[in-house]
Amino acid sequence: MIDVPSIADLNLTVTFPAVFLALFTMVVLIVDLFIPKDRKIRTAHLTLGGLVVAFVWNVLVFDSNQTALGGMYIADSFSGFINFIALTAAIITCFLSVDYLKRTGIEQGEFYSLLLFSTAGVMFMGAASDLIVVFIALEILSIPLYVMAAMRYRDAKSEESGLKYFILGAFASAFFLYGAALVYGATGTTSLPEIFASVEGIVATDSGARLYLVLGAALIFVGLGFKVAVVPFHMWTPDVYEGAPTPVTAFMSVAAKAGGFAALLRLMVIALPELTANIGDTIAIWQTTIAIVAAATMILGNFVAIVQTNVKRMLAYSSIAHAGYILMGVAAVGTIGVAEEATRAALIYMLAYTFTNLGAFAVVMALEKDDGSGTQIADFKGLSRSRPLLAVMMAFFMLSLTGVPTTAGFIGKFLLFGAALEAGLVLLTIIGVLTSVVSAYYYVRIIVNMYLEDGEGDPAEGATQYLNYATYAAFAGTLIIGLFPFLAVNLLDTMMIAGLF
Amino acid sequence: MVEVEAFIVLSAALFILGAMGVVLRRNAILVFMSVELMLNAANLALVAFAWHWGGMDGHIFVFFVITVAAAEVAVGLALIVAIFRSRQSINIDELHLMEG
Repeated sequence: MIDVPSIADLNLTVTFPAVFLALFTMVVLIVDLFIPKDRKIRTAHLTLGGLVVAFVWNVLVFDSNQTALGGMYIADSFSGFINFIALTAAIITCFLSVDYLKRTGIEQGEFYSLLLFSTAGVMFMGAASDLIVVFIALEILSIPLYVMAAMRYRDAKSEESGLKYFILGAFASAFFLYGAALVYGATGTTSLPEIFASVEGIVATDSGARLYLVLGAALIFVGLGFKVAVVPFHMWTPDVYEGAPTPVTAFMSVAAKAGGFAALLRLMVIALPELTANIGDTIAIWQTTIAIVAAATMILGNFVAIVQTNVKRMLAYSSIAHAGYILMGVAAVGTIGVAEEATRAALIYMLAYTFTNLGAFAVVMALEKDDGSGTQIADFKGLSRSRPLLAVMMAFFMLSLTGVPTTAGFIGKFLLFGAALEAGLVLLTIIGVLTSVVSAYYYVRIIVNMYLEDGEGDPAEGATQYLNYATYAAFAGTLIIGLFPFLAVNLLDTMMIAGLF
Repeated sequence: MVEVEAFIVLSAALFILGAMGVVLRRNAILVFMSVELMLNAANLALVAFAWHWGGMDGHIFVFFVITVAAAEVAVGLALIVAIFRSRQSINIDELHLMEG
């Protein structure tokens, strides 16, 4: 009755980056037991080694465009690019964490295994081709983050942020799961390609199955909307980002977001062309809903960020705003013929955001004191005199988040707005451009604080060796994508040739 | 013969009860139990649909959900215990160190 697949059928070679990382996590967990307390840096080195192996292997199987594990895993250009983002984020976070964990007294070997688990979750999420895998990947991504957010357990804020994240995250997972159950009920299968194949027929009929499908898709959107923090499911973000240890916040803001959007693009958007084919109404409603959510997210994120005094909180609202921009790309994919361009724009935007935001958090970490204070915007006063190089890099990251030309953020926004215009979302594009202008206000305020305000200038004692490596890497990434955008675009194009569409 | 819709109505009712519990309850443990109720409502729907379609996918899905729920319990209870140790209370209304 049940066919036992042979090892060759599983096609493990193309899944290696993600599967290897998941297995390597267990190795790190066990090896860490034998590493003495004062030499935990070896765990970090081991972790970095594993991440680099996965990274290199991912480059080798980048656009293999095959399915594996019985059709539950797709190794195509899309998942290759998500792997690329997840591994880059994890490597930089690893560098960020080493000294920070030590000086704040929360150095635990488990931190690195949790980081690896979460990264593996993001990678599986990008490659999932079955609702079951999407759900498991979502949980592998989230559960370690709950623990990491509460890692600084002596600080009441960190505990609080962990519990808040946990309750709302579990709540969101339940929505996602119920949505998945309804989609399964409508189509009779959990495999995404089969679901997409049957969507057309179900939408054409006016049956109970259609109700299940629409409700299910809506619940899935709510569940993933919580994960990527779009309005109105964003309430947890500022508290969690502020309370969690800063390296965790940095990782959460890029990797968890990339994972959530990967699943959104795969689940919602690739299914939409099927919906368009038959009835004009459905697609319009879908696209309009996502466009309204994107507009609300951009407006709320950018305007509330203005009044923040804590940089971590400001970056939390800024990350909500950026989720809105990426969602704009998701909405654009709904128009026939723009899908490829919009997906590409969203992916490149995520890569640019990964480098820029990790860099910004790295500088925040350099200023942060051992007790977690020193993250007010006022603490940036006079930084250009005490640490000129750090100030230049921070200014560059802020300009990139605003979207000024020659930075990575500009390339991302340029591609995204272009795709949205081509998709006919003119009003949404205008809102996007206007909110970007608003965002300049609070990003430039940090630059003004660093260069024009009087002040002693923070010595930035947190800028230790490893943290500097991470800052330089993020700076290089932001600069390279900004100056040579064709590198990132070509990378994606070579993947896309045989790829997604 | 009971129709599959009957099970779905029951599971939807359980799901809504769970969601209301998360929103209205103030004790972290009860909020957590409400989340579990939502997960189990989804399990009921999955099993009912699996019976309706005669496939195995739904049953397999349920096993994974049970496993994941166990992992969530482990992390969630640990967090709640840690909070209780430091504050002697698990009322989620008292979690307001950060505002704005």
